[in-house]
Amino acid sequence: MYVAVKGGERAIDNAHAWLAEERRGDISVPELSVDQIREQMTLAVNRVMAEGSLYDPELAALAIKQSRGDLIEAIFLIRAYRTTLPRFGGSHPVDTAAMDCDRRVSATFKDAPGGQVLGPTFDYTHRLLDFQLAADGQVGEVQKTEPNTGETPHIMGFLDREGLIQTEPEGAEAPDDLTRSPLELPASRALRLQALTRGDEGFLLSMAYSTQRGYARNHAFVAELRIGTVAVEMDIPELGFTIDIGEITLTECETVNQFMGSKTEPPQFTRGYGLVFGMTERKAISMALVDRALRWKELGEDNLGAPAQDEEFVLYHADNIQATGFLEHIKLPHYVDFQSELELVRKLRRNVQAAGQDESKGPSGGSFSGKMKEGVGS
Amino acid sequence: MDVETNFPVMIEARRAWLSLLAKSPAASVERLWNGLNIAPDHTLLRNPEIGAVMVRGRAGAVGAAFNLGEMSVTRASVKLGCGTVGHGYVQGRSKTHALQAGLIDALMQTDLAQDVEAAILIPLGQEMDAKKKIRASKAAATKVEFLTMVRGED
Repeated sequence: MYVAVKGGERAIDNAHAWLAEERRGDISVPELSVDQIREQMTLAVNRVMAEGSLYDPELAALAIKQSRGDLIEAIFLIRAYRTTLPRFGGSHPVDTAAMDCDRRVSATFKDAPGGQVLGPTFDYTHRLLDFQLAADGQVGEVQKTEPNTGETPHIMGFLDREGLIQTEPEGAEAPDDLTRSPLELPASRALRLQALTRGDEGFLLSMAYSTQRGYARNHAFVAELRIGTVAVEMDIPELGFTIDIGEITLTECETVNQFMGSKTEPPQFTRGYGLVFGMTERKAISMALVDRALRWKELGEDNLGAPAQDEEFVLYHADNIQATGFLEHIKLPHYVDFQSELELVRKLRRNVQAAGQDESKGPSGGSFSGKMKEGVGS
Repeated sequence: MDVETNFPVMIEARRAWLSLLAKSPAASVERLWNGLNIAPDHTLLRNPEIGAVMVRGRAGAVGAAFNLGEMSVTRASVKLGCGTVGHGYVQGRSKTHALQAGLIDALMQTDLAQDVEAAILIPLGQEMDAKKKIRASKAAATKVEFLTMVRGED
């Protein structure tokens, strides 16, 4: 329960002024610009866009600056901002097969058409601190070769043609939207994917990892991971036709999972799917594993009681803004709540003490904690 | 889909320039617009407005649609003195960008089309293509060329 508490305005103002000063840090060090954050802290910007659920690199960079690099606080700022924007409409589903890929790798097929393209990856680096970077930010020349002009088809399509992979069911063209109506269970796959793509990266990583360690193991291979840009198309009512309204960077992960068959399905491969704003590889792979784990019912698998299979557990705890809002509110004034708790405990103690005196006729009769338990229990 | 493939050439062309304007950086559009150096008489049918579009994806890339998240979009509509209407829908939050896109869209439907195309759309398209090509050629240089190792003796 909240009860209005007055006072503290001056303290709050002063705290915020100090926050602004601390955010700026040592003024002998040049100030960080929003452009610098956008260009040089790109992966932080991408995470804030993905979990803030708004693709706008400038705003995400501003939010990171304002939040002193606290990414959950930055995501909070973006979520709050996005609620102020009028919704112009919904796009056509993006065509990720037509992606201009910066990166495209497959862990299942070496010779996939389009090839294995590493892109600007941390993989194969030695994870040694580069002190050169502390001295100067010089970059060497980047190699270029003739671009791939051919198609880069989805690898999953090849398995699909052989009938070895589970087919993906069709759904509504205008899917349920958890920003418009509260998430109710059981949730459609569309709602689950929406909740996962904006869910906390750390939470999803841990849930995905739990499936790898044996809590509803689903034997995932990364059939394909691609990162690049896609056009976003929307019908414009005043024009009467579709145009591209923008271009965004996405990370897509398709897993192919071993599946022995179930009561309803023949032995085949099944799939998990991750699609996330920005270059967000860890998140997209995590999303695909968790998506697959949540599909147990649809595929006729057993419920092993694993956390990653528990839709309610996953979907209701994946959102870091809901989580942090509830978690952090307990530090705010609860004076009246606590006052009543205090009264209760004092009363219980009085009762216990009175009962103890009746029994032993003296203060030395037995341990106090033992009586406390009896008192509470009675 | 059938409707789209049968689109008249004019609508196809208009779709192409609107898409280009939407995806181009606001700064590039502004620089080229200023280079054209005209100030067409116009009224605002819709003031530049910042909003969001819900971007969708498909489960497994091919299945049911789902909501991926929103992107910021700005739109504006203008009417030239001659009555021609132009619409701008652009990515991001630049009202100037949306307004200039709307004006360019309107002008492209007038006698000035060739000038506007030459001064703005062609260089803008080249700039975007060049940028894409550079990225694609950097990606191509990171393509793995597998070597088959012959092991053992037969």
